[in-house]
Amino acid sequence: MRTVISLFLLFIIAWGIVIVLDEIPFGMSKTKVGDHYIEKGREETGAVNMVTSVVINYRGFDTLGEVTVLFVAAIGLGAVLTNRRKKEKREIEPASLVLYTGCRFLFPLILLFGAYIFIHGHLTPGGGFQGGAIVASAFVLMYMGCRGRRISETASKAVESLGGMVFIATGLVGLAVGGHYFLSNYLPKGALNTLFSAGVIPIIYIAIGFKVGSELAGVIDHLMEESN
Amino acid sequence: MIFIVSLLILLMLVSAIAAMIYKDLMSAVIAACMVSLIASILFYFLQAPDVAMAEASIGAALVTAVFIIAIRRTKRTEE
Repeated sequence: MRTVISLFLLFIIAWGIVIVLDEIPFGMSKTKVGDHYIEKGREETGAVNMVTSVVINYRGFDTLGEVTVLFVAAIGLGAVLTNRRKKEKREIEPASLVLYTGCRFLFPLILLFGAYIFIHGHLTPGGGFQGGAIVASAFVLMYMGCRGRRISETASKAVESLGGMVFIATGLVGLAVGGHYFLSNYLPKGALNTLFSAGVIPIIYIAIGFKVGSELAGVIDHLMEESN
Repeated sequence: MIFIVSLLILLMLVSAIAAMIYKDLMSAVIAACMVSLIASILFYFLQAPDVAMAEASIGAALVTAVFIIAIRRTKRTEE
């Protein structure tokens, strides 16, 4: 009986959603800001990848907020999971030979791919967050395959803090040189579609890539340490 | 094209339902990983490669790893 009633209520909710969504004209933008980004984005920011020009240049302050949210989440997880008491050294069961060899072979390649994604963030799809997540997944693979190895917690914290500081310092320099706003694109734009172009965008994306990668790898490290 | 997309959506629905009804939590996590993977392919078809990359690396790789670590700490089967 309860199943029938809940199915009936779900049907009513779905019907309401269908009626509401039917009224919205999809694919027709009422605002002009999207057209501006599409038409002027390339010459204003120098980035070929339009998503990057919006994420880092036009909406850079929102990206700073996102990075801060991730930072606070990683710090909170570390505070909850870190236990100060000394643990006895336990013998860790090694992974199988196939997994071990595969991890050792794939780990540098995945790291390189992640670095490629965030260095070329202004040219190809992807950017700091995606590249950082790929770098962190390389560390996940290493934790699964080479069980004994750990990343140094001090080094990961240092890289994370350095990435955040580079991001904010790059923004503040734009405020300091005059005539610009926070996180404005004050460096020379360079030729379109080359690696050294788009002003501050590559610098900020490399900083974000290092930061996100070390944060997510640190989260996995905390969880693995707790589970061993 | 529309055939491939419909097939992918059907697969995604099947794996989402499978993730709900599996009693073995490891199988459920793998099914949820499958949902993320197919979602990233669909994002690519919808011409959003940035979102597809984020979905594939975070949804399919990192979240699955976190779930598997959590399952190893707790029980593997659901009551």
